Amino acid sequence: MDLDLTPAEEAFRAEARAWLRAHVPSAPLPSLETEEGFAAHRAWEAELAADRWSVVNWPARYGGRDAGLIRWLVFEEEYYAAGGPGRVGQNGISLLAPTLFDHGTEEQRARVLPSMATGEVVWAQAWSEPEAGSDLASLRSRATRADGGWRLSGQKTWSSRAAFADRAFGLFRSDPDTPRPHQGLTYLMFDLRAPGVTVRPIGRLDGKPAFAELFLDEVFVPDEDVIGEPGQGWRVAMSTAGNERGLTLRSPGRFLAAADRLHRLWRDRGRPAWAQDRVADALAGARAYQLFAYAAASRLLDGESIGPKSSLNKVFWSEYDIALHETALDLLSEEGEAADSAWAEGYVFALAGPVYAGTNEIQRDIVAERLLGLPKGRR
Amino acid sequence: MRFLLDTEQRAFANSLDAMLTAADTPSVVREWSRGEHTRGRALWARIAEAGVFALAVPEAYEGLGPRPVELAVAFMELGRHAVPGPLVETVTAAALLGDPGPAKRFLPALASGESMATVAHEGAYALDGDVTAVRLALAVDGLRLAPGHGPVRGFLDPARRLTRLLPGGELLTPDPPVDRALLWARLATAAQALGVGLALLERTVAYVGQRVQFGVPIGSFQAVKHRLADAKIALEFARPLVLGAAVTMAPVDVAAAKVSACEAAYATARTALQLHGAIGYTAEYDLSLWLTKARALRTAWGTPHDCRTEVLRGP
Ligand SMILES: Cc1cc2nc3c(=O)[nH]c(=O)nc-3n(C[C@H](O)[C@H](O)[C@H](O)COP(=O)(O)OP(=O)(O)OC[C@H]3O[C@@H](n4cnc5c(N)ncnc54)[C@H](O)[C@@H]3O)c2cc1C
Repeated sequence: MDLDLTPAEEAFRAEARAWLRAHVPSAPLPSLETEEGFAAHRAWEAELAADRWSVVNWPARYGGRDAGLIRWLVFEEEYYAAGGPGRVGQNGISLLAPTLFDHGTEEQRARVLPSMATGEVVWAQAWSEPEAGSDLASLRSRATRADGGWRLSGQKTWSSRAAFADRAFGLFRSDPDTPRPHQGLTYLMFDLRAPGVTVRPIGRLDGKPAFAELFLDEVFVPDEDVIGEPGQGWRVAMSTAGNERGLTLRSPGRFLAAADRLHRLWRDRGRPAWAQDRVADALAGARAYQLFAYAAASRLLDGESIGPKSSLNKVFWSEYDIALHETALDLLSEEGEAADSAWAEGYVFALAGPVYAGTNEIQRDIVAERLLGLPKGRR
Repeated sequence: MRFLLDTEQRAFANSLDAMLTAADTPSVVREWSRGEHTRGRALWARIAEAGVFALAVPEAYEGLGPRPVELAVAFMELGRHAVPGPLVETVTAAALLGDPGPAKRFLPALASGESMATVAHEGAYALDGDVTAVRLALAVDGLRLAPGHGPVRGFLDPARRLTRLLPGGELLTPDPPVDRALLWARLATAAQALGVGLALLERTVAYVGQRVQFGVPIGSFQAVKHRLADAKIALEFARPLVLGAAVTMAPVDVAAAKVSACEAAYATARTALQLHGAIGYTAEYDLSLWLTKARALRTAWGTPHDCRTEVLRGP
């Protein structure tokens, strides 16, 4: 058991640090959840991708560096320590890409991944529906057979970044007559600007259009955009949902950097005693999350999968993130809640953590039933 | 980097677990709490034979150490089985007796399990002063071999039998490595607390799977499940802190491990008590042995406040 990086990994760290120091914008970009901010973040993705820093753990042929998980963790530490901007391509990179690696065809990977890596195509996740939240399998949007493909109809909602994104991926009911709701679903990719698609932005708590609803009216999708086998959509989607909650959605680097900023804020404010425990817990929590991730990465490298353990992660980081931001806002008082405060933006973002990627209630059920072996009960 | 226990370390944990399960530690604890030390001493000898104390003792003094990772692994098992006695104190004493003279004189016997040690500030409470051959007092002028102890005082955790160390005695060294010893004390306590928390969780999961109310196991109720899920999450995020601290032995990591493991264990104790209902509130039911220990370890060798202060001091 060790925490040592190899000389090659240390060299990778140094290379990443040097590049980031030279390139990370000195002033923060405008909010990702605005049109102007979205464009600025997309340009930043292109800059990252130009020197192959946007998806370091991907194979080189799709724009990555074949860097592996440990180097990815190292890169993320450097990225957030350098104050790197939020990643606009996150949904595609952490959800669709792993799905394509596991279930896509070579043609799909070659077509989809390079433009995802450069930010040229930003992807939105179209899973949730008005009547299908936690009970996702009850979704009703349909995919019906058409010549050379499928026609999609129905309504999706809460689709992050869809207001300004280019394409989306999601589950559709292709066979309405199956005995169980998880059957007869097909996983498809579609164009957000295709005829028949209407995107209505929805303002989140602070009014910024961070997500959107999608109305689909007989939207044509060619066969080449089906992921996995038609009818097997649930299995395909669930096999990679762990990525969203597990390692890659929230890297430890992000919380290490945030805890460090909080610690500095506390010192700058004269080390108030009332906040001492909370700041210390934020520091300890970031370290715990980092070491938990190292252990998870070590297990993955041994060939194990994360499986339901990703639910431990999800509850931990989402609650951690809120506690950290609450402490910062308490330290800053009114100043922290000013609309242009980075801490306020972070706080609003953090507040949604226990809801998306599977609510924390659902994650606790998974921990209790699948990790502790408690009996399944009535929900 | 490979931040996972290797096969040998896992096998070590499993063998300790098997040995301690066979030893029926709850009945050993109960005897120990009454001041009957015979079976406790026998168990101590077997723990020492497994090499646990030797892990804190350098090879030069007939030990196997220093090997903090293996020590942490062992202390998790000692906590899981609620083993009584001055376990942490013996490890701490080994770390304090660094000078060649005292090291040569005391360490081989600590490593082999022949003697137990306790440590405290002069005039303060020390654990199990009545059974330990080596009573170390941290005095203003250095480390002293205390000449004796006062009366034994019982505590909330019945396995913790505290006595005041008498002042005076032989001066062993004027400049003991107190900071280093504190790291070992905190690491061992953190690992032990994590083990206590894991035992509380295991026992409670088993209980709620069996206990039927309203016609179903209470473990099928979501309110019950979610409390246990939270306990699991807290413990599973304390675990890497404990092991990571053992790898680095950095004061900030050790302090973070101590506060997180103790808080997680204590929160688990509250959950365990609640979910057992009234039976959990009784002394005769074995759960009480872990419940009270979770409380005691929280303050031993650095309160949550002390440890958080250390965390804020930074590297
Ligand atoms: C900021 C944000 C971004 C999002 N981005 C996307 C996206 O990009 N794509 C996408 O498809 N979706 C997205 N979502 C939607 C998200 O996945 C859903 O909000 C989530 O699945 C919960 O569904 P719901 O909101 O309908 O709540 P509901 O399912 O109605 O739940 C409401 C409450 O009831 C609780 N509850 C429900 N069932 C149970 C049960 N069985 N046991 C205990 N409690 C239960 C829930 O935990 C929750 O507290 C996003 C949401 C947010 C807030």
